[in-house]
Amino acid sequence: MPANRRTRIGLRTVALGYLGLLLAFPVAFVFYRTFENGLGAIWDALTTPNAIHALELTLIMVAVAVPLNTAFGVLAALVIVRGRMPGRGFINAIIDLPFAISPVVVGLALFLLYGRQGWFGSWFLDQGIQIIFSTPGMILATVFVSLPFVVREVIPVLREIGTTQEEAASTLGASPWQTFWRVTLPAIRWGVAYGVVLTTARALGEFGAVSVVSGKILGETDTLPLYVEQRFQAFDLTGAYAASALLAAIALATLLLMTKLKPREAET
Amino acid sequence: MIEVRDVTKHYNGFTALEGVSLHVPAGSLTALLGPSGSGKSTLLRVIAGLESPDGGQVLIDDDDATAVPPRRRGVGFVFQHYAPFKHMTVRSNIAFGLKVRKRPKAEIRERVDELLALVHLEGWANRYPAQLSGGQRQRMALARALAVQPRVLLLDEPFGALDAQVREELRIWLRRLHDEVHVTTVFVTHDQEEAMDVAEQVAVINEGRIEQIGSPRELYESPANAFVMEFVGPVTRLGDDEVVRPHDVSIETEPVSGGREALVKRVAHLSFEVRVELALDDGRDIWVQLTRAQAEELELEPGHIVWVRPMAGRLAAAV
Repeated sequence: MPANRRTRIGLRTVALGYLGLLLAFPVAFVFYRTFENGLGAIWDALTTPNAIHALELTLIMVAVAVPLNTAFGVLAALVIVRGRMPGRGFINAIIDLPFAISPVVVGLALFLLYGRQGWFGSWFLDQGIQIIFSTPGMILATVFVSLPFVVREVIPVLREIGTTQEEAASTLGASPWQTFWRVTLPAIRWGVAYGVVLTTARALGEFGAVSVVSGKILGETDTLPLYVEQRFQAFDLTGAYAASALLAAIALATLLLMTKLKPREAET
Repeated sequence: MIEVRDVTKHYNGFTALEGVSLHVPAGSLTALLGPSGSGKSTLLRVIAGLESPDGGQVLIDDDDATAVPPRRRGVGFVFQHYAPFKHMTVRSNIAFGLKVRKRPKAEIRERVDELLALVHLEGWANRYPAQLSGGQRQRMALARALAVQPRVLLLDEPFGALDAQVREELRIWLRRLHDEVHVTTVFVTHDQEEAMDVAEQVAVINEGRIEQIGSPRELYESPANAFVMEFVGPVTRLGDDEVVRPHDVSIETEPVSGGREALVKRVAHLSFEVRVELALDDGRDIWVQLTRAQAEELELEPGHIVWVRPMAGRLAAAV
């Protein structure tokens, strides 16, 4: 039907145009501007001690937040979907808080709690642990804002697979622990993997909450996103673009890695 | 051997099982037969330990299993839709029970090969469940359940999800398998023909209660009540409480005591049987099943007036 065909092509153009203008074009532009001044300039911009430190700190954020939120996310999803205890609905609701609250507010809340005058902050300071304006506070902020992803990806998968495979495992003699590792986890692995990718992306890129608690001490509490802003403010556009491109490249690599790992069997 | 004693199970006000007692002799093949929602699957799940009863006891081989978790009951369970482990090959599915028991690799391999042969899936060991047909998936589920040498084998609607022809084949095959393996087996079905064909003992369940337990022949010939009679075979109703098998109604051409006047409406010559449709004097439609010889002797034609009565002792007991 020709009329339908025209509608279809029209719809496609709109959809692709929208995606291109809002998503692909800005990302591509960052890469374009980055490579404009040649590879040498990028290399120089990324190998300054401050840039290297920012990259290290960012990777630390990811290395702590992702495993923590993955373990917690799977556990919380199991409790919400399979558990029988009261208060499941409440847990389910508060897990979305990090989505609902602006990251800056999260940063402020952490600041108030763990700051020098905060409820917990002074106790930690007495133990010689500084949380705000230091790595622990930034980790807390990152964990907070990237918490819901794994839970939200795993819940629908758990619902869909149902309980019969787990019941089958139990009649075959598997302990709850064996059932989890051999049956449940493999069945939800793509939900977990997707949640991990989203968590990684968020942990890499978080700006607002981390910015409030970090104090932005160059070379000490600067993550890559903060470093981008700092370079930008300092009119060092090459440095800002190079760091941005690095951030985007890490995120894209994570996404590609997951797509590559996904075997054919999962498609059927 | 399985012994169920006075088991009761409620779900939020709904009674799934009410005082159910059942004895399944060692090595037998028993069917739990009932309409959907009758509680038959719940009873099977209680035996497996997948549901815990509110009251009563479950004994397996004389051990009280009521509080024992499913993994220690020694039951093999075949789920209605087989519950295959989708991320594992057929071989790994069947080996699962042995692997979690940490048996030596060589022993597992040998046992799985045996089972693959038993269920005729030798060439399919390295496929995934998604690549199998319904019948093959079911045989895989059976092999998986048998791998751990269960004390009892429980099957939930084993043929329910298959098409008619495959059902028939698997029925015969399950019978043969039971003769070969000889494990105490209980299966759930809503299909009376399936139950009567495959099982040695049938328990008819309705609304959470066992209506009758007996051999297929006992159920057919001396049903405990009208429900059982209706559920396990064809019936016709001469009155609100007069339920009888259509071949247990006699037709006379002359008035007889206890006989009721009826008008012949249609005579259908099916293969061996002849089916006569009649209208009673009160307008109720009934049908009677005759043999060819009986029908020829009576020379029935539509429009004839005859007298019908149930044969002695053949009316169902009132519910």
